[in-house]
Amino acid sequence: MTAVPPEAAVLLACLLFTLGLAGVLARRNLVFILMALEIMLNAAGLVFVAAGARWGQADGQVLFIVVLTLAAAEVAVGLALVLRIHRQAATLDADAASRLRG
Amino acid sequence: MMLPWLILVPLMGGALAWAVQRAGGTAVRGVALAALAVDLALVLAVWSKALPAAGGWLADFARPWIPSLGIGLHLGLDGLSLVLILLTLVLGILAVGASWTEIGDRVGFFHFNLLWTLGGIVGVFLALDLVLFFLLWELMLVPMFFLIALWGHEDRMRAAIKFFLFTQGGGLLMLVAILALGVLAAPSAGLRRFDYFALIGHAPGGVTGWLLMLGFFLAFAVKLPAVPLHTWLPDAHTEAPTAGSVVLAGLLLKTGAYGLLRFAVPLFPAQSHAFAPVAMALGVAGILYGGMLAFAQDDAKRLVAYTSVSHLGFVLLGIYADNRLALQGVVMQMLAHGLSTGGLFMVVGAVQERLHTRDLDRLGGLWASMPRLSAAGLVLALASLGLPGLGNFVGEFLVLLGSWAAAPAFAAIGALGLVVSVVYALTLVQRTFHGPARAAAADFSFGHLAVMAVMVAGLVWFGLYPQPVFDLAGPSLGAVAGTAAP
Amino acid sequence: MGVLAALIPVLPLLGFLMLFLAGARLGARGIAVVGVGSVGIAAGMALGLTAWFLASPVPVEVSAWTWMTVDGFAPRIGFRLDALSLIMVLVVTVIGVLIHLYSAEFMAGDEGYARYFASMNLFVAAMLVLVLAADLLLLYLGWEGVGLCSYLLIGFWYRDPANGRAARKAFIVTRIGDTAFAIGLLLLFTHLDTTDIQALMGRAQGQWPAGAPLAVAAAALLLGGAIGKSAQLPLQTWLPDAMAGPTPVSALIHAATMVTAGIYLIARTHALFDLAPAVRDAVGAIGAATLVLAAFSALSQTDLKRILAYSTISQIGYMVLALGVGAWASAIFHLMTHAFFKALLFLAAGVVIQRLHEEHDIFRMGGLRQRLPLVFWAFLIGASSLAALPLVTAGFYSKDLILWRAWSAGPFGRALWAAGILGTFLTGLYIFRAVFVVFLGPVRTPPRGGIGPAVAVPLVVLSVLALIGGFVETPDFFGGVPALTDFLAPVFPGPPPPGDPGGEAAASIFAALVALAGVFAAYVAYCRRPAMVATILRHPAAEAMRRCWAAGWGFDWLYDRLLVRPLVATARAGRADVIDAGFDALAAFCRQSHAMLSRWQTGQVRWYAAWIGAGTILTVAISVLA
Repeated sequence: MTAVPPEAAVLLACLLFTLGLAGVLARRNLVFILMALEIMLNAAGLVFVAAGARWGQADGQVLFIVVLTLAAAEVAVGLALVLRIHRQAATLDADAASRLRG
Repeated sequence: MMLPWLILVPLMGGALAWAVQRAGGTAVRGVALAALAVDLALVLAVWSKALPAAGGWLADFARPWIPSLGIGLHLGLDGLSLVLILLTLVLGILAVGASWTEIGDRVGFFHFNLLWTLGGIVGVFLALDLVLFFLLWELMLVPMFFLIALWGHEDRMRAAIKFFLFTQGGGLLMLVAILALGVLAAPSAGLRRFDYFALIGHAPGGVTGWLLMLGFFLAFAVKLPAVPLHTWLPDAHTEAPTAGSVVLAGLLLKTGAYGLLRFAVPLFPAQSHAFAPVAMALGVAGILYGGMLAFAQDDAKRLVAYTSVSHLGFVLLGIYADNRLALQGVVMQMLAHGLSTGGLFMVVGAVQERLHTRDLDRLGGLWASMPRLSAAGLVLALASLGLPGLGNFVGEFLVLLGSWAAAPAFAAIGALGLVVSVVYALTLVQRTFHGPARAAAADFSFGHLAVMAVMVAGLVWFGLYPQPVFDLAGPSLGAVAGTAAP
Repeated sequence: MGVLAALIPVLPLLGFLMLFLAGARLGARGIAVVGVGSVGIAAGMALGLTAWFLASPVPVEVSAWTWMTVDGFAPRIGFRLDALSLIMVLVVTVIGVLIHLYSAEFMAGDEGYARYFASMNLFVAAMLVLVLAADLLLLYLGWEGVGLCSYLLIGFWYRDPANGRAARKAFIVTRIGDTAFAIGLLLLFTHLDTTDIQALMGRAQGQWPAGAPLAVAAAALLLGGAIGKSAQLPLQTWLPDAMAGPTPVSALIHAATMVTAGIYLIARTHALFDLAPAVRDAVGAIGAATLVLAAFSALSQTDLKRILAYSTISQIGYMVLALGVGAWASAIFHLMTHAFFKALLFLAAGVVIQRLHEEHDIFRMGGLRQRLPLVFWAFLIGASSLAALPLVTAGFYSKDLILWRAWSAGPFGRALWAAGILGTFLTGLYIFRAVFVVFLGPVRTPPRGGIGPAVAVPLVVLSVLALIGGFVETPDFFGGVPALTDFLAPVFPGPPPPGDPGGEAAASIFAALVALAGVFAAYVAYCRRPAMVATILRHPAAEAMRRCWAAGWGFDWLYDRLLVRPLVATARAGRADVIDAGFDALAAFCRQSHAMLSRWQTGQVRWYAAWIGAGTILTVAISVLA
C-alpha cells in the first residue's frame, strides 16, 4: 500500500473546505448550510489525520476524534435551532432569520 | 466604633422599608423616618462623646480590609463632615415627609433607594480611604439613578441616563486618579496605600501630579456642578420626583464640594494653588451663566435647578479663594443652599402634585388660593436671592469677602450674581404666586407647613447667628487652608 | 435707658411676626391694633428716648450679639444711638405711626389687610435697623430689608401684572446700587479690617490721605448704593413706577423714609466722602442734575402720584446736592422737613384718588376745594412747604439753608446753586399746577364718601409739622436758631460756615422771590389763561419736549434698549443651554457612529460567514507574505 503523499491530502482538504465554504455562502436553506459546515469540519479533520500520519504522531487522530465529537454536538444544537426557526418563521431561509440585524 | 453604623443604619432601614412594602405606605414611611431618626440620634451621640482632638477629628474608625492591596476601612468624623451629615439626615427626614403623598407606586422600593442614597452620602462624608470613598461614591449614584428613572416625570429615562453617564464618567476619572495615586505614592505611603493621611503630602509632581489633580477635580466638578459640566443637572432635577430633587440639590451636589475640600485641594496643594484662577473663573462663570439661564426658563423646576448652578458657583469660587473667610462662606453656602433650594423644590413639587404642571405660563396667582404655600415659596426665594438675615447671604458674602482678598476682580464680577439672583428669584415669584389667578388648589397641609417651618427656621438661624456652624467647621477648614497655602 | 434703642426695632418686628403668623385669625380690628400699636409704642419710646438724649447728649451703643466671627471679620448686631440716628428714628416712627393710623382706615376692607400691615411693620423694623445700626453690615441688612418691603408693598395688589413689574423693577434697579454698596463693603473690610462704622471712619481718616485711590473707590461704591436707594441719576427710573403701590406706602416708603436712606448712608459715612473730594463733587453734580431733570418731568405728568414721585426725586436731589457741598446737617434738615410735607402731600393725594374712584389724572379732577376742604388745606400746606413759600413753611428754611451753603461753597457750589434756583422755580410751578388744577376750577369728577378720624388726624398733625417743622433751624437774619445744626454737631464735626448775614438774607430773598414767581407762573398758566399752555404745546418742538419730560427724559427707553432687551433676548435665546448643545453633539456623534457600524450587522449568517472567510484569507495572506 503506497502512502498517500501528505500534499495530496492537504490539497483535498483545501478543496473540501472551499466546497464547504461555497456551500455555506451560496445555499440559503439552513439544512444545507449545516451540511456544508460538516464538510468544512471534515476538511479540517482530514488535515489533522494527514498531519498525524506525516509525523507519525497520535495527536492528529486524537484531535480528529475531538472534532468529530464537536461536530456531532454542533449538529445537535444546530438542528434544534433549525427546528425552532422552522416552527417560528415557517421557512428554512437563513436570510429570513435576520432578527439580529443591528 | 459607631461610625460604620452611621452608614449601616440607613442601609438596613432601606432594606427593611422594602421588606415591609406589603404592610402599606405608612409603615414604609414610618420605617424610613425611624431609620433616619435613629441615625440622627447616633450622630448626636458620637458628637456628644467626642473630644476635640488635634486637627478637629471628632471620631475615627480604622480596620484593615484588603491589606494586600493596602485598602482599609477608614472612617473619620470632623466638624465639616458633621455639619454635612447633620444636613443630610435633616434634609432626608424632610424629604420623606415632603413626599408623603406624592409617591404611590412601589413605595417600599422608593424608600429603599432613597435611604441607600442617603447612606452612600453619609459614607462619602465619612470615608478616609480613597478606595472606600470611591465605593460609597458609586453607592449613592445607583439608587439615585433608579429614583429618577422609575418615579420621575415625563422624560425621566433620558434624564436618568444623562445623570448616570456624567457622574459615572467623572467617577471613572477619579478611580483612575485614585489608583494611580496609590501606586505612585506607594513607597512613601507604605502599607496603608490608599489612606487619606498616608497620601496627604505625597502627591507626585510634574505632569503626573497635574493629571491626577485634574482627575479628582473633574469628578467633583461634574457633581458640583461647575460650568461647563453642569448640563446633567437641569434635566435630572427637573425629571426627578420631589424627594429626588431635594436630595440631588440639597446633598448630592454637596458631595462634589466636599470632595474638593477634603481631597482635591489638600492632596494636591501646589497644583490646586496654580489651578485656582481657572477654577475661580469657572465659579464666576457658573454664578452668572446659571443665573441667566434660570431667569429664562419656563419650567419652574428647571428654573430652580439652574439657580443651583448659580449658587454652587459661589462654592467653587470660595473653595479656590482658599482662605478661611471664603471657606467658612462655602460651608454656610452649602448648608443654606441645601435648605433653600431643597425647600423650593418641595414647593414646586407640591405645586406640580396639585396642578399637574410646572409650566410657568400656566401657573400664576397661586397666592389667592394657596397663601401658605406661596408665603413659604416667597421666603425661600428671598433666601435664594441672598437677602441678609437668611443663611445664603452669610455664605455668599463671606465667599465674596474671601475672594476679594484673593482676587478682587473675580469677587467683583461674582457680586453681579447678586443682581442676577434677584431677577430669577422674583421671576419665579411673579410667575408662580403673583399675577391673575390662573389655577387654584388646596393649600399646604399642616405637615407640609411644619417641614417648611423647619427650613425657614434653619435659614433664619444661619442668617442671624451662624457662629455654631463656623465653630464646628473651623478646625477642619484650617487644615484645608493650611495645606493649600502656597 | 440706652437699651431702649435696641428695643425700638424689636417692637415693629414683633408686630410683623404676629401678623405674619396669625394674621388671618386676628380679625380686622386686631390687625389694625397690632399693626398701628406696635409702631405707636415704638414712636412713644422714641419720644421718651429723645427727652432722655436731650438731657445727656452722649451717644449710646448697645450690642445684642456678635453676628459671626471668622478670621477677624466680626460684625455685630449692635445699635448706636447718636444725634443723627435719633433724628432718623423720630422721623421713621412718628411719620410711621401717622401713616399706619391713616392706613387703618384707608386700607380697610382690603383682602390683604393683614399682609399689608405685616409688610408695613417689617418695613418700619428694617428701617429702624438701618438707621440705628452700628455696623455697616447690619446697616446693609436693614438696607436690603427695606428694599424687600418696598418690593412687597409696590406689588401689594399682586393680581395686576403691571404692579408686579413695577415692584420687580424697583427691587432690581435698587439691587444694582446695593451690589455696588456690597462691593464697597468688601473693599472697606479688606483694607480697614472692620465693619464697625465708627471704627471704619476713624481708620479711614487715619490710614488714607485725602484723595487716596482706595478712599475714592470706596466712596464711589457707597455712592452707588445711595443713588440706587434714593432714586438719583442714573438709577432713578424705578421710583415713578413704584407708585403702583397703595398710596400710604408711597407716602411712607417712597417719600418720607426709605428713599432718603441714601442720604443717611452718605451722611453717616461722610468722613469717607471728605477723603474723596472728586466723589463729593460728583455727589453734588448728581444732585443738581437730578433735581432739575426730575422737576421738568414732574411738570409734565398728569398722574397726581407721578407728579409727587418726580417731586420726591427732585427734592432728594436737593439733599444730595447739600451732601455734595459738605452741608451734611442741612441735608438731614431737608430730609426731615421733606418727610413731613411729602408724606402730607401723598396722604392728601391718597384721599383725593380714593374719593374719586381711583382717578389718577389731575385733568379729570377739579373743584375739590369745597368738596374736600380738609384735604385741600392739607395739600395746600404741603404744596407751600414743598414750593418753599417764605417764612411760614418748613420747606423754606431747609431748602434755603441748602442753597445758601451751596452758594458759599466756591465756584462749583455757585453752579450747583444756579441749578437749585432753577429747581425752586420749577417746584413752585409744578406743585401749584397740581393745586390749581385739582382743587380749583370746575368739578370734573364728583367725590364720594367722607373722611374718618384715622385719616383726618394724620393730615392735621402733618400739616402742623409741615408748617412749624422748620423753626428748629432758622437763618441769622430771621431769629438765628441753629438748634438742629448744634444738635448734629457731634456727628458732623467741622468749622461752622462763614457767617455773612447780609449775603444770606439777600440770597434768601432772591430764592423766595423765585419760588413765588414759580407759583405765580402756575397761577397764570393754569388759572388765568389755561389756553396759554395749549397754545405753547401746539408747537411740535414743545410737544416733543413735553413728551420727553413726561417719559422721564427717556431713561427707561434707553435702558430698555441698551440693557434689558439685549439681556432678555440673550437669555431667552440661550435658554436651551448652549453648553448642552456640545454634549448633545457628542451624543449625536456616538449615535451616528453606532448607526454606521450597526449597518454591518445585517443579521444574515451567510454574509457573516463570507466576512469570516475573507478575513481569514487576509490574515493568512498577511502572515505568509509578510
